[in-house]
Amino acid sequence: MSEVETTYVPVENISIHRRASASIAVIGNPNSGKSTLFNRLTGMRQTTGNYPGVTVEKHSGTVQLENSALELVDLPGIYCLGGFSTDERIAIDVILGRIEGTPSPGGLLVVLDATHLYQGLYLLQQLMEMQMPMVVAMTMTDVATSSGIDISIEVLQRHLGGIKIYPVVATTGRGLDTLKEALETITGAAHPAIPESWPELSSTADELVARCEGRLPRIDVIQALIHPDGRRAGLLEDHLGAEEVDKVREQLFGDEPPQACEARHRYRWVHDVLKESLHQAPLIERYGARGLRWLNQPWPATLLFFAVMALVFQAVFSWATPMMEAIDLGASLLADQVGEWLPAGAFSSFLTDGVIAGVGSVIIFLPQILILFLFIIILEDSGFLARAAFLMDRVMRTVGLSGQSVIPMLSSFACAVPAIMATRVIPDRRDRIATILAAPFMTCSARLPVYALLIAAFVPDESVGWFNLQGIVLLGLYLLGILGGLVTAWIMKRSALRGPKPQFALALPEFRRPNLQTVMIKLFDRARIFLKRAGTVIFAVAIIIWALAYFPRSEAIPAELQQAIAQAETVYSGARLEQEILGLQNTAAADQLEQSFLGRAGRLVEPVFLPLGWDWRVSAAVIAGFPAREVVVAVMGTIYAVGEEAEEASLTAKLRSAAWPDGSPIFTVPMVLGLLLFYAWCLQCAATIATIRRETNSWRWPLFAWTYMTVIGYTGAFLIYQVGSMA
Amino acid sequence: MTLRELNPGQTARIDEIDAKQPGVVRLMVLGLIEGAEVQYENSAIGGDPMEVTVHGAAISIRKQQAGCFRISPI
Repeated sequence: MSEVETTYVPVENISIHRRASASIAVIGNPNSGKSTLFNRLTGMRQTTGNYPGVTVEKHSGTVQLENSALELVDLPGIYCLGGFSTDERIAIDVILGRIEGTPSPGGLLVVLDATHLYQGLYLLQQLMEMQMPMVVAMTMTDVATSSGIDISIEVLQRHLGGIKIYPVVATTGRGLDTLKEALETITGAAHPAIPESWPELSSTADELVARCEGRLPRIDVIQALIHPDGRRAGLLEDHLGAEEVDKVREQLFGDEPPQACEARHRYRWVHDVLKESLHQAPLIERYGARGLRWLNQPWPATLLFFAVMALVFQAVFSWATPMMEAIDLGASLLADQVGEWLPAGAFSSFLTDGVIAGVGSVIIFLPQILILFLFIIILEDSGFLARAAFLMDRVMRTVGLSGQSVIPMLSSFACAVPAIMATRVIPDRRDRIATILAAPFMTCSARLPVYALLIAAFVPDESVGWFNLQGIVLLGLYLLGILGGLVTAWIMKRSALRGPKPQFALALPEFRRPNLQTVMIKLFDRARIFLKRAGTVIFAVAIIIWALAYFPRSEAIPAELQQAIAQAETVYSGARLEQEILGLQNTAAADQLEQSFLGRAGRLVEPVFLPLGWDWRVSAAVIAGFPAREVVVAVMGTIYAVGEEAEEASLTAKLRSAAWPDGSPIFTVPMVLGLLLFYAWCLQCAATIATIRRETNSWRWPLFAWTYMTVIGYTGAFLIYQVGSMA
Repeated sequence: MTLRELNPGQTARIDEIDAKQPGVVRLMVLGLIEGAEVQYENSAIGGDPMEVTVHGAAISIRKQQAGCFRISPI
């Protein structure tokens, strides 16, 4: 054995990252400052994963304590253990250890908002019934003090059976050290006493647990009693018989809904506890608060909502455009470089037209998406989005939805993928699916290049009154998308998704300044999810479309090209020669595309699209656009032999002069309007289809959405072309 | 008198709730129960939905559900 020299390092100089010894669930009301506290405790040591089988992301991180480390799991904010929405059901399932592969947490870190103790103590009571070790952090203590709320923590702790409450200010970090000390011993902490808000329920639960001989935990018995339609109800009925359970329920609740009885008992208890522990000083309203109050009135608030939305869209487009152009330029420069280094052939084309163009077509969406997400997160964290849902509820009700569908629909103006994920807050499954079906109609950023190209080529740049005609057509396309979405929701809610009127009971948070760290972490998180979900699909689609457009290669076309170039060299010279060669190369590329799989497919389906006034070229471009609509412009560039990176002007000139064999123009006004409508309504996005599949957990809805949108897009384009051509 | 007849700025105590009507239980879970004091703060255009506060917490409630809450103004 060789000798090993040992150096001694003072122990305080070693930075230790311990492995987490236990998992603690962080739980609290929405907007309670829970995520800010979670971010404070875990810093950047966070991971986002998935719970197996469900679509809600699992946010977890490690908190380093003095002598140990804990894994913290941030759960969606909830008001009760009732499980009204997907988010709520996930939170409950995680705490109860009902998700496969995710063991029950070793304890709970409950977040109580000092300014909303009323609702916080309600949830806390239900959590105390779970008989798990818990530590309570009281956030927003600074806001409470400045609003004249005086809380006696000692009295509160006494009512809570000795649970320790730790006041913190998550934004500044005050009180965090004491909280961390408490977390150190959390797993060994005694279970909280069961609150005495509803003695009848407690004694009945104890009795039933005994009768089941301990085979059902107490919390399951309580859940089974209060939620007769829930998953636990069956288990209790198996043990005791359905009749017996119904009898117990009748004794406890009479003929009232069980959850209503629970609310009555628990809130009465909260009321009594707060009477003793909380003192509200008379409020002296400051100018700021008075201003906010004025803005909250019906008309000012609605006008403010539209003004903010206009500002957001303006910012999204004006800030993102230079970045998108830079990304586009960067990708094409890189592709040119690679094209020069490598010998021409399949591999070079695969790298430049497949891989680089594919990656480019993914990241080109990032500027718009990031800017829109940034605004949405800021609006969400400041409490503005909940207000938007409140203000727009009436409008959404006319199509059978509620205000909660507004937020996803706003997101889908950038991209339908995050919008569909944002529908998780909608409690009713039918409302949620109707919103998911409406969202892809909104004009997303991928539709814009096609709109821009066709409008610039075929709508005259004229003024109509104060407005520009091209602008009016663009606005009309946006409205057409909104109309398509709302009408779809209306039809669905009256047919396949018919059900009780959507409920709308929403807690409205007050306006708060968003926390920068929380905003940045959320932004990073959503961008990552977008790249993973949409990016992989868009990239794969770009590679497939490249292959379809590249293969099979004709040997004859390059040979003819060489001959033609040689001939041109004898006739022309200098700049003229270069121009001729470029023209010949573009024609050769167009010929190659014509006999590729994609071109053949275009010819094959031409009869289908002929009634819309499309020739095989337009048909091929549309087919290429079905998996990802943003590739259409590039395919049109190649197919019309102007090269993929052609100046817009040369492509529009080609489109204008494109003609049928008899010499009549292909791109007539009715045909272009039909084509625009087709793009506005068709679901040409594999990423969206994959997301609908994931979020609805079946192929039924994505297939329906695709078929439905394609049929109405086709029919609309058909009608416009046929009627327009008659005139 | 029910909550839907309250005027903006007015405060009332909830006397009785028809919990069997759709959408009412959710509101009770948010804290609108018998004995609680509610204040009508604001509304969207047209007066529906309403924004009421209970113990400082603002809750949005549609007129239809508001009709299930019998109140006496304070």
